[in-house]
Amino acid sequence: QVWQIRLDMHLLNHDGNITDAASIAGIVALCHFRRPDVSVQGEEVTVYTPEERDPVPLSIHHMPICVSFAFFHQGTYLLVDPTEREERVMDGLLVIAMNKHHEICTIQSSGVVMLLQDQILRCSKITAVKVAEITELIQKALENDQKARKEGRKFGFAESIPNQRITAFKMESAAVDTNDVEEQAGEIIAKADPPSEIFATPVLHTPGTAQIGEGVESSWGDLEESEKEEAVEEEGESEAAAFECEKVETEDTSTLRETKTGEPIVLSDSEEEEVVILEPQELPRKTR
Amino acid sequence: EDAEGERLRLSAGAAPQGRLLCGPGLRRSGAGLLVTTCGLLRHRPGGGGAFWVDSQQKRYVPVKGDHVIGIVTAKAGDVFRLDVGGSEPASLSYLAFEGATKRNRPNVQVGDLIYGQFVVANKDMEPEMVCIDSSGKSSGMGIIGQDGFLFKVSLGLIRKLLAPKCEIIQELSQLYPFELVIGMNGRIWVKAKTVQQTLIIVNILEACEYMTAEQRKQALAKLSGN
Repeated sequence: QVWQIRLDMHLLNHDGNITDAASIAGIVALCHFRRPDVSVQGEEVTVYTPEERDPVPLSIHHMPICVSFAFFHQGTYLLVDPTEREERVMDGLLVIAMNKHHEICTIQSSGVVMLLQDQILRCSKITAVKVAEITELIQKALENDQKARKEGRKFGFAESIPNQRITAFKMESAAVDTNDVEEQAGEIIAKADPPSEIFATPVLHTPGTAQIGEGVESSWGDLEESEKEEAVEEEGESEAAAFECEKVETEDTSTLRETKTGEPIVLSDSEEEEVVILEPQELPRKTR
Repeated sequence: EDAEGERLRLSAGAAPQGRLLCGPGLRRSGAGLLVTTCGLLRHRPGGGGAFWVDSQQKRYVPVKGDHVIGIVTAKAGDVFRLDVGGSEPASLSYLAFEGATKRNRPNVQVGDLIYGQFVVANKDMEPEMVCIDSSGKSSGMGIIGQDGFLFKVSLGLIRKLLAPKCEIIQELSQLYPFELVIGMNGRIWVKAKTVQQTLIIVNILEACEYMTAEQRKQALAKLSGN
């Protein structure tokens, strides 16, 4: 004869990363649970009620805790414990379950990201740190509850919810200084030229090589330092191409040139790092 | 005679005349009504009288006639599968758009946002949506345009925003011009001229969950003052 235990989890509300929260809730519930005491004499099994003998805890050998990592931009950016919005737009997810003895219990990767070995090792180091913190919190909470029960104080779920206060949809406000948003925005707009219209006419560099859409910036992007340098290199190359490309002396190129020079904010949508244009020198002669 | 539970009278005084409307949160059982959700009991005296339970929840359950925002997750032959935030994905036929014929199909891609209403929504069947009303006109439904920002709020806030002459929307429209689509499944889509404005409106709408009218007016005054 064995005991069978069932764990039901009810999700009341979430802002992403249900896995981690559920793993913590599950292991705490199991550690907190007490089962009726049993004594076995030969074939006779006596199950004592909670009044006869104090119920005993389960034998939990270790506490595995899940930690989730969200990857963006093919592994360039890593976020620990993603929120709902971050989860919706992430490329890939890595979940590592570890206990405080640094033993990995579960590792699961999903999504469209190819992970490198050193990334996974880095994630497991972060997991070790987080799991140590969380395990300590859990121990403290279990001890507090035990003390409260011994001292006769109130305990339980109802007690952990503060009364007379609406906290169900409360969110700590992240301080965002919107005071000089308009000035900052105004500065940026003053320095930048307006984004060029999308011209469908292709720019013909050489017979067989045409370019559509270069020079259009999205206003939805923020510029990182490295992207800026690459964008500047791209500008240089495409500028050179634009100058040598005699055929396109329409407004298209002139706006192209204008937006390229002195443009501090460019989001490069291009997947390629370098824009290599084949045989730009020979174009003027050939097209004439 | 008290049965197991307590039986309460809905209104002190004579029994109401005419037909009594039983709204969300109440269900008929035998001679009386059963309460199925926790919340405040509300009463509208108009007509024969209507009773319902005002409850706060985030989880949406599809109801026939509700206008919702769905996200296209799959195209299966002639039918689109939409995620509406319920327990099952809803189905939407490609012919359920204004002016759609077998030759003239609507341009719907996976990941698009659709604003439509339920024609079938019960616990036994998969919910079905359409983007036309009973006369065949779209009346505002269909594919929601590019860009913009979709976010989720509680159903209580949705009902507040959909009430006629909602103060929140009137005050926000003084701030910036914007496009707004409100789905009864807790989803709101906003689009303003710039990303900044869009995000500001999103943050205000989310904060309206727990801000009082005074705090909201203060926040908006700070924003429009700058």
